[in-house]
Amino acid sequence: MNPDAQQAASEVGEANDAKPSDATAEPPAAETTSPKPAATTGTAANGTAVPRGRWIGAVFSTVCLLAAWFGVLVLALLLAGTLVEAWGWVDWQFLTSRPTGNPEKAGARVGIWGTFWLTGLTGLFAIPVGVGAAVYLEEFASDNWLRKLVQVNLANLAGVPSVVYGILGLTAFVRMFGLVGDNLTVRIPADGLAAIPVPFSDAVIRLAQLEIPLPFGRSVVAGALTMSLLILPVIIVASQEALRAVPPSIRHASLALGATKWQTIRRQVLPAAAPGIMTGVILAVSRAIGETAPLLMIGTASYIPRSPGGIESVADLATGPARLLDVPFDGFTTLTLLVFGWIKEPESDFQHVTAAGVVVLLVVLLLLNALAILIRNRFQKNVNW
Amino acid sequence: MTTLNAFTELVSKESAAADQTPRKTIIRARGLDFFYGPQQALFDVSLDIPERSVTAFIGPSGCGKSTFLRTLNRMNDIIEGTRHTGAVEFEGRDLYDADVDVVELRKRIGMVFQKSTPFPKSIFENVAYGPRIHGSRGGSRLADLVESCLKRAALWDEVKDRLKESALALSGGQQQRLCIARALATEPEVLLMDEPASALDPASTSRIEDLIGELQERYTIVIVTHNMQQAARVSQQTAFFFQGRLIEANDTETLFTNPAEKQTEDYITGRFG
Repeated sequence: MNPDAQQAASEVGEANDAKPSDATAEPPAAETTSPKPAATTGTAANGTAVPRGRWIGAVFSTVCLLAAWFGVLVLALLLAGTLVEAWGWVDWQFLTSRPTGNPEKAGARVGIWGTFWLTGLTGLFAIPVGVGAAVYLEEFASDNWLRKLVQVNLANLAGVPSVVYGILGLTAFVRMFGLVGDNLTVRIPADGLAAIPVPFSDAVIRLAQLEIPLPFGRSVVAGALTMSLLILPVIIVASQEALRAVPPSIRHASLALGATKWQTIRRQVLPAAAPGIMTGVILAVSRAIGETAPLLMIGTASYIPRSPGGIESVADLATGPARLLDVPFDGFTTLTLLVFGWIKEPESDFQHVTAAGVVVLLVVLLLLNALAILIRNRFQKNVNW
Repeated sequence: MTTLNAFTELVSKESAAADQTPRKTIIRARGLDFFYGPQQALFDVSLDIPERSVTAFIGPSGCGKSTFLRTLNRMNDIIEGTRHTGAVEFEGRDLYDADVDVVELRKRIGMVFQKSTPFPKSIFENVAYGPRIHGSRGGSRLADLVESCLKRAALWDEVKDRLKESALALSGGQQQRLCIARALATEPEVLLMDEPASALDPASTSRIEDLIGELQERYTIVIVTHNMQQAARVSQQTAFFFQGRLIEANDTETLFTNPAEKQTEDYITGRFG
């Protein structure tokens, strides 16, 4: 054997040594002489009957496979059924018309606007409060019994049925515990401002005076506050997970450079946790879009002829931006409530309208979920501890 | 005994170059006891750290050397339930005085950790972070500062063409030098290093050690290390900690060649630890 070949042989021997099963099965010297030691053991196994252990393994993996596909199949069936029903009914007319008794002319416009405003206001209330609570619990609160109590309660609140939140919303926001009478209006800025000799003060009041009726009644703001309560625990828990995933070393490094706690949270911790927080927030908000029960409990109407604030199109919003101030305190309905109302209609054509409403709702929800996944993937690429 | 002889040789070679004039004390600990909750981690530690030199803390794991290092810029404040008695003075003032601004203190006493901790940002933004949080508005002055810090940390030539790239793409050794550059950017007087090379390969370790040698001309450096050869190579003073007590502190040469305490000798000759 020349030196080169000898070295090659010993390298083969070493490579085989690295695999523990091969090395223990046969001495390395024997392996270097036989051309394919691994292949011989393989054919021996294939030649004889399959051992019982592997058979169970095959069954188990098939069961798991079916379990995984079960959800996909059900969703596919649901989508297919709905799409067949809705075929030809989801058109521009459907998206821009009011709900009427005539299925041919019924549309989802007020529901789309209602869902839009309700979701927007819910996010406006729930995101700052939820993220703020998570930051407090993870970054500031000392680890005492009080924090544990809050933590346990958050976990419990996340499991409370949505109907119960509806009752809470009805008492706290729609009726305000009966504490403020039933017809009080707070104006911001106050009427008195017009008397103050500030240039254009009366013009400002005419243009944009926020009129807040108390109690809130069955308005967008009451619905949004109720929905906020519903999704707050989800946002808090998801944000806490995201904050916990930021390694403590990042915080220490920032503090050691003389950063204050606020600077550390603002410039290091929150940006690093942002993808996780955003994913949680989007999933929570899409839950708010899909919820119906709390809105039924607070007595939101299924049919309503007018969108909140009288804003029926983007053009309305552009020509009369002051209407925005009326939106929160106006009555509303949502896509889910429209669907709920349509399905109860006796006329058979309404099943197509219902299906069309479901399609619009699903498209909105799937788009939001896709956005959540996109954000997660995009940011996770950059952050890899 | 061969180990000790090797040290003697090494140490005498090193300190021949270093000048022997006594330096001003910049940090002084007096009777410092430190507690994590009910557990006492430091017992009556008194030590003077001279400026513009390298002081090494050695000792077995859990001996309190890292705890003592972290009291010097009050990083222990972050841990709940810690307390201390005694005093740690920085330029004649107790660090733990009520009116000491911790933010200002940490700006003047920088720190480099065992595990490199680059922020998930660009190389430039990592170095610029300190100046920015202390009010720098950016612009060419900030760019100059970043460049000079990267140069002082011996990293500039490797990264000057990719300052905008993520710091997480750098190698382990480069990340650690980036962390040193980042600490230098707040223009500190003291640099605390907690086992800065223990997670690095030998080549990167030697680069960090060379860097420490260069930095000591401008900064006071306090380094915690597990590696006694490293302590002998880079430091002028060495303090040996054992079970929360400062056993012995002296010139590195004296400590390694002629330790006064039996425990020190046992440790540096490798009888335990």
